[in-house]
This record gives sequence, C-alpha cells and structure tokens, in this order.
Amino acid sequence: MLDFPRWKSWGIWLVILIGMALAIPSMIPKSQVERWQDWIPSARISLGLDLAGGSQLLLEADTADAAKQRLQAKEEEVTTELRRGEPRIAIGDVSTSGGRLSFMVRDPRQLDAAVERLRALSQPAGFTGQRDWDVQVVDSTRIVMIPTKQGEETALKNSMTVARDVVRRRVDPSGTKEVTVVNQGQRRILVAVPGVEDPDALKQLIGQTARLEFKLVDLEANPQEVAQGRAPPGSQVLPMADGSGNIAVKRRAMVTGDQLVKANQSFDQNGQAVVSIAFNSSGARRFGRVTQENVNKPFAIILDDKVLSAPNINEPILGGQAQISGNFTVETANQLAIALASGKLPVKLNVIEERTVSAELGRDSIEKGTIASVAATLAVIIFMLVTYGRFGVYATLALLVNALLILAGLAVFGAALTLPGIAGFVLTIGAAVDANVLINERIREEQRRGRKLLDSLETGYKEASTAIFDANITNTIAAVLMWYFGSGPIRGFAVVLMIGIITSVFTAVTFTRMLVAQWVKAKRPRVLHI
Amino acid sequence: MRLLKLVPDNTNIDFMRIRNVALIISILLTVAALTLVAVRGLNLGIDFVGGQVVRTEFQQPVDIEDLRGKVAALEQGDASIQEFGGSRTYQIRLPRPEGPDTAAAAAVTELRTMLQREYPGARVDAGESVSGKVSEELAWDGALAIGLSMLGIAIYIWIRFEWQFGVGALVTLFHDVSMVLGFFALTQLQVDLNIVAAFLAIVGYSLNDTVVIYDRIRENLRKFRKMAMIPLLNLSLNETLSRTVVTSLSIMLALAVLLFLGPDVIFGLTLAVLLGTFIGTYSSIYISAPILVWLGVTPDSFVRGDDHDPAAKPAEAR
Repeated sequence: MLDFPRWKSWGIWLVILIGMALAIPSMIPKSQVERWQDWIPSARISLGLDLAGGSQLLLEADTADAAKQRLQAKEEEVTTELRRGEPRIAIGDVSTSGGRLSFMVRDPRQLDAAVERLRALSQPAGFTGQRDWDVQVVDSTRIVMIPTKQGEETALKNSMTVARDVVRRRVDPSGTKEVTVVNQGQRRILVAVPGVEDPDALKQLIGQTARLEFKLVDLEANPQEVAQGRAPPGSQVLPMADGSGNIAVKRRAMVTGDQLVKANQSFDQNGQAVVSIAFNSSGARRFGRVTQENVNKPFAIILDDKVLSAPNINEPILGGQAQISGNFTVETANQLAIALASGKLPVKLNVIEERTVSAELGRDSIEKGTIASVAATLAVIIFMLVTYGRFGVYATLALLVNALLILAGLAVFGAALTLPGIAGFVLTIGAAVDANVLINERIREEQRRGRKLLDSLETGYKEASTAIFDANITNTIAAVLMWYFGSGPIRGFAVVLMIGIITSVFTAVTFTRMLVAQWVKAKRPRVLHI
Repeated sequence: MRLLKLVPDNTNIDFMRIRNVALIISILLTVAALTLVAVRGLNLGIDFVGGQVVRTEFQQPVDIEDLRGKVAALEQGDASIQEFGGSRTYQIRLPRPEGPDTAAAAAVTELRTMLQREYPGARVDAGESVSGKVSEELAWDGALAIGLSMLGIAIYIWIRFEWQFGVGALVTLFHDVSMVLGFFALTQLQVDLNIVAAFLAIVGYSLNDTVVIYDRIRENLRKFRKMAMIPLLNLSLNETLSRTVVTSLSIMLALAVLLFLGPDVIFGLTLAVLLGTFIGTYSSIYISAPILVWLGVTPDSFVRGDDHDPAAKPAEAR
C-alpha cells in the first residue's frame, strides 16, 4: 500500500491537470474562449440540439427520382452520340418506360456500329469489371440499355457525396456556423443546425433541387393544347411557378445553372427583389448569341421544372450578367441565390425526420439539469462524508475529478452532450460511487476480521478490484454494443458511458489509492476510522 | 467523529429462507407485468410508431376544447392533446399520416403554422416528426442494441464465472426489464427513445449489482469448499449487504433529486431509472443468487481455477 512510486503520483496529477485544462473551456462563456491564444486548448463540449435548441433534419434520397433522372440523362447522351457523331446513325421509337432505354436503329447494317459506340459510353462500376449500363440487342433491330445494379449504386454514392457538399454550402454559406452535415448510411444525410427554431426555411432551402435553365418560349404552340398539357415536337409544357397556368418552351436549354459563376440577391430598377447571376465565359457566349438571335421574343427562366418568369428579350444580353425576377421577397430571393450558388442537388432529397427544440426549452433543460445535477452530487457527497469520514473525503474528491474528466473527454472527442447523455453521466457517477463503496466496505470488513491497518487497506483495494473490474467490463461491453448498433440518443448515452467507465476506474481506484497511500505515509495512523 | 452505519457489523440475515416465496412473487409479478404490456400495450412515442408532436407554450391559458377543435380542423386524424408541465404548455400529438415519407414533416409544419396564426404569441417549444420508415428503424435499432448488449454481457459473465452465472444474470435482467416495462404499461407514460436510454441504464445498474454479488459468491465458493450452497449464499449476501445498501441509497438519493428538480423532459427517464435501481437491488438478492442453486452451482464449480491444473476435474479428483 505504501509502495506508491513518485513517478506514478506525478503521472496521476499530470492526467488530472490535463483533464482540468481540457474541461475549463467548456465551463466559461464561449465569447471569452474565442479570445484565447491559439496554443491554449479551447475545445468546448458541444451541446446536443435537445439542450442547445435548434433543428435537425434527416434527409433521404429519392432513389426512384434519381434513377429516372439518370435514365433521362442517358437518353440525351445516346441520342446526341448517335445523331451527331460520325457516322450518323438514325434511330427512332425511343422509349424509357420500365426503367430502361430502348430504341430502334433504322438501318440494320448500322446496328453493330451503334452497339460498339454505346458500349464505349458506359463506365466500369465496382471491382468485378461490370459496367454501369448493359447494352443488349433484341429483335435484331432494337437496342435496349439496362442500368446495372452496380452502376446505380455507384451513381447514388457519388450523388450522395455531392449532395452532402451542396447541402452544407446551402445551410452554411459562410462556413462559420456550427452545423453538422453528415452522410448516414447509403442514402441519407443528417443535418443539424443549432439556433434555428423554425425548420421550414431550412427545409425549403435544402429541398430545392435548384436546377436552373433558360429556354426559349415556343410561340408557335397552340394555347389550347398547351393548357391541356400537350406541346409540339421539340417543345415541352411547364407550369408557371405562381400557378397561373402552363407555358410551352423549347426542349433545348439556352444555358443552364451549371454555367453559373455567381448568384446573389439584389434589387431591380423598381426596387423589386431579384437574383443577380453571372455566367462563365462559355455560358456568357451562348447566352449572348441566343439573345441576339431572338430579340423581342420571350425566354423562360425555369427552376426545377417550374417557370419563374418569362420576360421579353429587349436587347441582346452580352456581358454574361442577368437578373432573375419572379415575385420574390428579399428572403426568398436570397434563398434562391444561395441555392443557385451552391449548385444543383444531384438527387432529390426528402425530409423523413424532423426535430426542433426552441432555445428557451433547451436553456430551461440545461438550467434545471445543472441545478439538479449539482444538488444530486451534493446529496451523494454528504452521504459519503457521513458514512466514511476521511475516506468519504477521498471518495468526494474522486467524484469531482471524475466529473471533470468526463467533461474533458466529451470536449476532446467532440461528442455532443444530450439529455440521455446526462443519464449516462448519472450512471457513471453511480458506478464511481459504487467503486468507492466497494473498496471502503471491504476495508471495513478486513478490519473486522482483525487485520492490521495497512493490511486491511491493501486487501481492501485488492479484493474490491475484481468486482470493480468485472462490473466495468460488463458495462463496457454494453456501451460498445449500444454505440455500434444504437442510434441517436442511445449513442449519446453510450459515448458518455464509455468515457465515464475509464475515468471512474481511474479516479475511484487509482486516484483514491494514491491519496490514501500519501496520508498513511505522512501520518502513520494507528487506527482507521472507516 | 462517529460514522454513519446503516447496516450493523456482522449481520446474519437468512435471506434464502424466503427464497421460494420471493421467487413465486417475482414470477407472478413478471407474468403480471408482461400480461399488462400485452393487454394494455405501451404508450409508444412517435419515435417508434411515427407521427408528429408539437409542444407549445401559450401566452394565456387556452380553452382545451377550442384548441382541440382547431387541431381537428386540420383534418390530420385523431389528435391527442395533453398538458405538459404547466397549465399553459400543451403537447399535441398527431398520428402518422398516410402517404409518402415526407407527409410527416409536412404535417408538423401545418400544425406549427396554425398555432402561430390562431394563438398570437404562442411559442412552439418543440416540434418533431418521424416518418413510418424511420420509426420502424429506430424501434429495431433500440431493441437490437438492448438485446445484443444483454447477450454480450451474458457471454462475458459465462467466460469469467460459470455458465450458471451467465444464465442467472440474463434471467435477472429479463425480470428487471419486464418489471419496468410493466410499470410503463400501467402508468401509460410515454416510451420514446430517451426511455431506451433509461432501460440501458437499468440494465447497466442491475448488472453491476449482480456482478458484485456474484463476485463475492465466487470468492466464498473458493474459500469455503465444505459449506453448503444456501448458507454460503446467505454469507455472501450478508457480507455485501452494507455495500448494496450504501450504493443503492446513494444512487436513489441522486435520482430522487433529479426527479424533483430536473427538467420535465427527463421525468419519465429518471422515474424509470429510479424504479429500475430499486428492482435491480431486489433482484440481485432474490433472483440472481437463488437461481445459482437451481442451476446446480456447487462449491466444486471453481476448484479448477485454484488448482492450476486444468486437467484435474474436481469431481474426479475426489
């Protein structure tokens, strides 16, 4: 028992000091911490949204929509390749029904050449050498392209990575807020934004695909047919965003949002909120040429297949700058600008889970939670003191250091503290108390059996350790499995438990042992009051 | 200074004398609890069944019938409206809507808008919506997490002790979890994901308690090879009684403080853990210990570990 080498106590104090240094930033206001020197640790415990207030959304990719879009893109790619490439191959009877692209090659002699060229369009997907599209010939004139499973998966994976970045740019354009945007599983994205209490704006901002297109209005279309949703060949019917009916536009886009370099909210000459955009050089060139050829004709500004407005081209727009108008408020214009600047979402995202907690409620939870925790800790401390006297003081010190180390651990690992986390905290404090109780009771027992003071201390610590060890290992197993298989609050609980198990063994066993050893060495007591 | 001693030195309580009575009561209570769960069911929160919840604090006290009418006008199915904490705070819960996964999020938006329009100054404190797909996953995840951790723990105890101890710990856990479930079925307190955290805490505490007692039983089994099983269990329980009482009391003390002073949102969670602590303490004495007798643990069970000769089976050695 007395054998407590100096390096060991130095080590223990060092751990405690480091723990304190890491825990301190979480206990003082954030504004203060931000003014600190770089070398001072300043990682703070982040509070979960249930404590801090804010909104959390779980988004899921609409895979049916993604597959449809992928098919449409393929259709365009294929028709462009065959009709415009050299030599030209005439095709007809194009269909995308049943999730596959099928068409007829008009001249059967060109069939092999067509297959050859289409195969070259597909990409390898996965490790098995499989390609992302399967090209087959049926009925000797018809080519069918079927998306392979690997191809779909690869495409979705790439889309989700891009989607995550797009969502992050939309939620946090300046990159300064403490938002969390992470991929979850294969087709989900979790977004947590502290401080946002009305998630509607957030949902709108994220939910916009933001596919921007400029197309010429088809003036030759029959208005009656357009109203019924029918358009001449080469054109399509789109609804107006304000719900005022349909409009026919040319299928081919003049320019698309991909060619944007800038988008921001501004005002037009009438003081109306608009979105100002600027194209890159190729976009600007195309926009200039098309507007030049179509002066005095209207063009449509289309967002996600809805027509925002269809202004007249009064004069050629040459500088690559344009304004999008469409009954915006400053806020909606700003939102659209952010959505456009962040790029279009490669896949439609649906909100499948939403949780919002107001800052007031969060603050109330923290305040009451803190008061209750402090009171609970005090109650336990008093109980320990009256039960174990001097050893109760050691247990108390261990308890306080333990709480500090858990805070430090949470700050270092960047784990957010949630309400279930507080439950985990209470449980580990309970475990730490139990470890001390086990040791102290064992020492009492050994004394009763007539052992000498030093002997009973030694045996007490030694014998109690097996029980403490087993109890903690079982809890660790539970915590690890919960963390691995659980979700949300269960994980929050598990993280605190894992940190707490380690710190409680350290404080309840090692730290108190050092205190006891130093006391015995210094005072050489003859009797033990425990 | 005289120190507090809740349990006198050298107690000699014959715990095992009433072990059959205790067992019958425990079995009856467990069956009753599970029947209650089966018959009345649990008041599952939207985390597990999907749906929407909005918690609002109004500026003035509102007429609940009036509020009910306005919520019903949204035509989103049977709403449940409850007072929450104070008389001006209400929790409105709507069933999971028909239609696509996005319908839940849309419904909560509609409800939120209506409240802010109809009751100026009303503050929406919390709004949640969980789609059917997510809720199924959350329920599955929760059950899987609890189930697998129980299994992992049983395997560990089996390896560290003997298989009887692993089974004993599992039966004890099953008892404790059933009782708390029965309590939730009885009170119809809402079971949400936070309550799963409470179950995990109960599992953790119950195990801790069981393992400590098992540890002492193992120690005594090695020490007193000639002692019969029943007196040995009584001795072990008496030796650990002081520790059991001090630990349970201090934890229950802390939880009681949390129950009365803590935020309303963790009331259910704290209550569950408090109850679980009580049940866990009882079960580690009256279920986990006597079950060892029924499973046939004898003082021979641990001889192997002491003899440093794994080949010599205790039964043959004699």
